[in-house]
Amino acid sequence: MKMTAEDLKTFLKNVVVMIEEQKEYLCELDRKLGDGDHGVTMSIGWQAVNEKLEAELKDEQDCGKICITTGRTFLSAVGSSVGPLYATGFMRGAKAFQGKSELTDVELKDFWVAFVEGIKERGKAEVGDKTMIDTLQPTLESLQTNFEKSNDFLAAFSEAVIAAEQGMESTKEMLSKRGRSSRLGERSLGTKDPGATSAYLILDTFLTTIKSAQVA
Amino acid sequence: MKKLINNPTVVVEEMIEGYVKAYPKHVRQLEENARALVTAKETCEGKVGVLIGGGSGHEPAFMGYIGSGMADGVAVGNIFASPPPDPILEATKVIDKGEGVIYIYGNYAGDVMNFGMAAELADLESGIRVGSVLVTDDVASAPKEEKEKRRGIAGEFFVTKAAGAAADKGYNLDDVVRVAQKANDYMRTMGVGLTPCSLPQTGKPSFELEENEMEIGLGHHGEPGIEKGELQPADQVVDRLVHDILADMPIEKGEKVAVLVNGLGSTTRMELYIMFRRVEQILSEKGIEIHRSYVGDYSTSLEMGGASVTILKLDEELAEFVDHAADCPMYVQK
Repeated sequence: MKMTAEDLKTFLKNVVVMIEEQKEYLCELDRKLGDGDHGVTMSIGWQAVNEKLEAELKDEQDCGKICITTGRTFLSAVGSSVGPLYATGFMRGAKAFQGKSELTDVELKDFWVAFVEGIKERGKAEVGDKTMIDTLQPTLESLQTNFEKSNDFLAAFSEAVIAAEQGMESTKEMLSKRGRSSRLGERSLGTKDPGATSAYLILDTFLTTIKSAQVA
Repeated sequence: MKKLINNPTVVVEEMIEGYVKAYPKHVRQLEENARALVTAKETCEGKVGVLIGGGSGHEPAFMGYIGSGMADGVAVGNIFASPPPDPILEATKVIDKGEGVIYIYGNYAGDVMNFGMAAELADLESGIRVGSVLVTDDVASAPKEEKEKRRGIAGEFFVTKAAGAAADKGYNLDDVVRVAQKANDYMRTMGVGLTPCSLPQTGKPSFELEENEMEIGLGHHGEPGIEKGELQPADQVVDRLVHDILADMPIEKGEKVAVLVNGLGSTTRMELYIMFRRVEQILSEKGIEIHRSYVGDYSTSLEMGGASVTILKLDEELAEFVDHAADCPMYVQK
């Protein structure tokens, strides 16, 4: 498959739209576990990215630069804990895209591997802690295994998003061990982690974007 | 919930604008970053810079504590969210007078990452030495065995005070860090929540409590506490809070302490003084001397109802620092 810089920007714009649609839902999940602002925080960050997409990134064709700007902009707009996490993800991933205006299957795979590894390193959370890592780690494992078999990014990523969804759903039955919600103990049971949920939604948005790019 | 605001998305910007205009002799907003505030008075060469910060919504914390004897710089985040590294870094560059800068912030995942990244950048880009002290005074946020996981709440005031005084007296960075760390280690806080706050952007209450309920150990951002129960008279609530503090950090007869009874936003001074009255009774019964006391809104959670009690055990050094003069827009001590 092929993905262009324009497709990458379409993906980022689709995330902006998706976050606005899901903002209330993400806040609702967060009210049960934390201070209820996850949707607002994501919205602040992605709206800032949107401004860049409409200005300095409008004609940018270097996919690496697009990702670096996305990460930096998101971080500067939100701080919080998702700021450093997603910024690290995008900036580490950017290395796979440096100087490229068209992306190959291998580069796309390398991007998401570096993205997840970067977030893991920054946040130091483990699977089972009820965080975005519960979505991202199964995604990483599934992507690597399936890509090794087929060398087909679209097929492997489709499988990875299924794993991501299962990972997200699994947070419902977990006790919070990281972040502010860790003080909840058993009261954290029964609610999906908002960070795991938004991470899944971003991955799913990437999948729908590349699928429609292939059709076009 | 009703709020006197213009537009929820710019509340932080408009708040800072008003604050800076209200106290031009005390604070200055940096051109490089609108979320970085520094003291308007030039600090002397060789003084360790004191930088604090965190999310908005805790006013007068943190920007109310810029001034002599307290903080030299503040990084302001979105509501209840850590500031990103940029304002922290910009303020660091301005307040460094060659002796380095101490970062004091609450132990929250976001703050740890953002202040950590800023400290690395300060060293890499500008060769500024940064020491960090994480405030962990909230007894209810983790058991004693996992004390390092505890969050920082109202007690950050005392840590800032100790560090600010030490820096003022010309201590070097290692000693300012040592003193701030000691203040944190000698201090415990327990809080109670009565009514929720609401974020300007969502307008929804951050948690739910029945009309007749209270919650012991409720977090500073509406994070659920450790125990929900029927609302009790102030004396009984204070008995519980002080009991939990002393069980966690025993204080001997004859020892000196500083006490902070902090309101969370909508709890009245009347209620806070009623609470302090009981704290004083308990401590004097035990022969513990209150060296200095603070009652009021020092660190709030928007319009949350509730209060916390902080007890800081004083040795000679900390007692001297607690007595040190301070001149900030929101806090003056002579």
